[in-house]
Amino acid sequence: MGRGLLLPHAKRLMLFPRPRGFSASAASTREPLHVCVVGSGPAGFYTAEKMLKAHEGVQVDIIDRLPTPFGLVRSGVAPDHPETKIVVNQFSRVAANARCSFFGNVTLGSDVSLAELRGTYDVVVLAYGAESDRSFGIPGENLRGIHSAREFVWWYNGHPDMHNLVPDLQNTDSAVVLGQGNVALDVARILLRCTTKLASTDIAGHALDALKSSTIRKVYLVGRRGPVQAACTAKELREILGLQNVHVCIKEGDLATSPADKEEMRNSRIKRRVHELLSKAATMHKEKNSNDQKELHFVFFRKPTRFLPSEGGSTVGAVELEKTLLKDDAVTGNQVAVGTGEFEDLKCGLVLKSIGYKSLPTEGLPFDNYKGVVPNLRGRVLSSESETTTVEAGLYVVGWLKRGPTGIVATNLHCAEETVCT
Amino acid sequence: MFSRIFQLGTRLLRETRAGGNLTSNSINSSYYQGQLSRHSAPAKSILFSTATSSHEGSEDKEKISVTFVNKDGSEQTISVPVGMSMLEAAHENDIELEGACEGSLACSTCHVIVMDVKHYNKLEDPTDEENDMLDLAFGLTETSRLGCQVIAKPELDGVRLALPAATRNFAVDGFVPKPH
Repeated sequence: MGRGLLLPHAKRLMLFPRPRGFSASAASTREPLHVCVVGSGPAGFYTAEKMLKAHEGVQVDIIDRLPTPFGLVRSGVAPDHPETKIVVNQFSRVAANARCSFFGNVTLGSDVSLAELRGTYDVVVLAYGAESDRSFGIPGENLRGIHSAREFVWWYNGHPDMHNLVPDLQNTDSAVVLGQGNVALDVARILLRCTTKLASTDIAGHALDALKSSTIRKVYLVGRRGPVQAACTAKELREILGLQNVHVCIKEGDLATSPADKEEMRNSRIKRRVHELLSKAATMHKEKNSNDQKELHFVFFRKPTRFLPSEGGSTVGAVELEKTLLKDDAVTGNQVAVGTGEFEDLKCGLVLKSIGYKSLPTEGLPFDNYKGVVPNLRGRVLSSESETTTVEAGLYVVGWLKRGPTGIVATNLHCAEETVCT
Repeated sequence: MFSRIFQLGTRLLRETRAGGNLTSNSINSSYYQGQLSRHSAPAKSILFSTATSSHEGSEDKEKISVTFVNKDGSEQTISVPVGMSMLEAAHENDIELEGACEGSLACSTCHVIVMDVKHYNKLEDPTDEENDMLDLAFGLTETSRLGCQVIAKPELDGVRLALPAATRNFAVDGFVPKPH
């Protein structure tokens, strides 16, 4: 993988207006149908694949703001997970189809507007994902040394936008990761994994160099709720718990389950297996760390309230955490974390926020700022202008822009199917 | 590994057949060895003799019958050589079974539902790694497996595999999957 994978079509796009015929409406159903997919990650490619299969005459153009395709498969999957990237073989075959073209280096909003695309193509499918982050909105969030996990992941995967991130991995021995999903586990694992193992992966050179001279020896994975609510899944958890030369610290008390917890676990196979893995790890690592190993701490029932500066004043020095309790939320039925008024500080020099991605709005596109998605009905974009909800003709969304930033590569398979059907 | 030896042997046999003058359909092991020692290195004939049991002149390995039930309820019955995975077999027969990670246990897209519990029980238990991927599968049931991990063997002859979402809205042959 890497720079060598530039598809032959990738070039600056000169859009030639296609013959429109007599119909002024964008929702033309004449063949050949011209479709533009904005975004070349799994959502975009699965959609293109299914469109090509479903309609013999359809022509699909996939555009991406980066010169290279595949979205998060290229820039989000951790370098030590190469098998997850194998799907690019399938996507490459789609792009090689005579009725499909890929155009890199074309940015929606600056190189071409949504209105221009809708005027040129019969159908526009937006699959540009979620390139921003949820934030806490607490004091100190702008201190140096605090990054979103998305930026850190892009940095070690060589994403052009993060080339100059230069996280400081030498000013501290402790890093705090806020969040306990798979992305949180990924960044923790990359910080703790032996660099000789990382050297044989496709990790970005600048990241490998930085990690080789990193002084970080303790990583804290902090979640505001308990182990039963942790968003990570078994494979990733099993992997990080099995890291060589890493002592895992889990408080046994945190593993106790309430009746509500037991109910959650009854309904979810994933949660049962995650809890089992954490319990086993807690027992196995009961003895104190005697070999001067690196440490991985699972911290539950703590939510961050402030980021405190270090002596210099501009870099983070600690995270203030408030202890939490779980209460049932009457509206959603979920268990939510509620502060107890008890605080403690966790010293660190690096903070990685891994609490979720957020989509960015586009000019001319209805957008739900609260949920961070485009309002849609099974993929058909809903107009926000009229009082009654109407569907925008010829405009669709798929992937994280449609559903919110959750799910794996394969989730997009079914998401694309649904959008293509409508 | 075993199936590769088998395939190597079969290929050698085809090549020797093309080269030699075979009039009889019934070929026994010693004849194989005789042919091979003329055309190939001795080491290969040793491989071949351990890999094969005598097939009546047929160059095919043992095959089983597998039926895939599609999302819309339509069925396709194919013949699968022993030792081949269901994912590979599906792809060779143009059956729409996704395989994003191409059999590396890094995705759940080749998820199939074994429709007969008896056949399901004949399979070896899934490994932790397979279970980790099954956790994420769409429409998981109690008899779900990953197609890339189900390898054809004689006891599975006649097995029926449903592609997920095929059994969500209707029962096929009275089979209703229990949600996991």
